[in-house]
Amino acid sequence: MVDVIGYRREAPGTQPAHLFPGYASTVKRAPSQSLIKIPHTLTEVTGPLFGHDRIGPNDADLTKQGKGEPIGERMILSGRVLDEDGKPVPDTLVELWQCNSAGRYHHPVDQHNAPLDPNFTGAGRIVTNGKGEYRFVTIRPGEYPWRNHYNAWRPAHIHLSLFGPAYVTRLVTQMYFPGDPLLPLDPIFNSVADAVARDRLISSFDIETTIPEQALGYKFDIVLRGRAATPMVD
Amino acid sequence: MKLIPTGSQTVGPYLHVGLTWLTTQDIAGTAGGRRIRISGRITDADGVAVPDALVEVWQANPQGKYAHPADKQDKPVDSAFKGWGRCPTDKDGVFEFTTLKPGAVPGPGNSLQAPHLAVTIFMRGQLKHLFTRMYFPDEAANADDPILNFVDDKARRDTLIARKDGEGRYSWDVVLQGRNETVFFDC
Ligand SMILES: [Fe+2]
Repeated sequence: MVDVIGYRREAPGTQPAHLFPGYASTVKRAPSQSLIKIPHTLTEVTGPLFGHDRIGPNDADLTKQGKGEPIGERMILSGRVLDEDGKPVPDTLVELWQCNSAGRYHHPVDQHNAPLDPNFTGAGRIVTNGKGEYRFVTIRPGEYPWRNHYNAWRPAHIHLSLFGPAYVTRLVTQMYFPGDPLLPLDPIFNSVADAVARDRLISSFDIETTIPEQALGYKFDIVLRGRAATPMVD
Repeated sequence: MKLIPTGSQTVGPYLHVGLTWLTTQDIAGTAGGRRIRISGRITDADGVAVPDALVEVWQANPQGKYAHPADKQDKPVDSAFKGWGRCPTDKDGVFEFTTLKPGAVPGPGNSLQAPHLAVTIFMRGQLKHLFTRMYFPDEAANADDPILNFVDDKARRDTLIARKDGEGRYSWDVVLQGRNETVFFDC
């Protein structure tokens, strides 16, 4: 007999549904049957752990990965990875990807008529420190058009992927910028129905982490699922 | 203090930029033991292959122990075996892993879970990832598996069981929607 303490379930509206017709690609890719709810077993409360040895010296500084300086506005993206109780999540992998300052991804599928930057691939990664903190140096990404609907543009965003301590704490999200006029028009951002939860996807400008004469600072804390208070009995 | 977990957002079509550096199709690595090969294809509601998905796998070692501190079972560990894999689908929607067959692991109460892989699927068109599982054919333990038994419909349950394609080779296709739709879990 193995006692397993599971993770908390989501509050209604705080996570997107699988089917969200405003985001057209969900229509053919979302399951039509209801998901089957299962208890958390040893499988779900364990998960992969990645050490600091996986991270190279410039992996968290996207402005130092090419032969020269990438074009665009330098920025610092930093914050903490926390659980639902506000406890830091130390030593967890954070993967980042984004387009360049012109709104173009370093990717063969991206055919947007905007220049590529030979000094910017837009990929980064870091493992949080003992206090759950992470920090990236990058270039502010541009907005870009997509074909979801007529005259559709994605607000500027940075993709983030996190693992946390267990299989069920896995999270892939996008971070947005304060005051972006495209946010109210974006179906992906608006797929989170709860307004408070949705606004948590927006970073905040931070003068404390802004480096004088060098780079603007943005703060973005990421919250992963927390442990349930009592063991799950089923 | 109670914080709201950050909302999930799609990986989008350019996921490879940030995620393929950690592609791990050989889960067995340098660990000892007989290799098995698992491959499958992901298709959408129209039966069209999904060429821009990412599949991640989490599994126990052949003795049924996870490489994680929350697994406190007194079972042997081979430190070379981590039990995690990641594979982007190719232009035909196909993914493939080489690994060691997992052992049975404890389930709720005194139950035992049949050997399985926990599988997470990401793609453009999915605002949050899908959780599913792959089980092995010809495992008597499947009949008593506590998770498989949450799926009442036998035909649906069978979507979680791989096909044997020869010695040490398994195939397991994922249908996102429609006929033979794979079972996905809320977990
Ligand atoms: Fe994007």
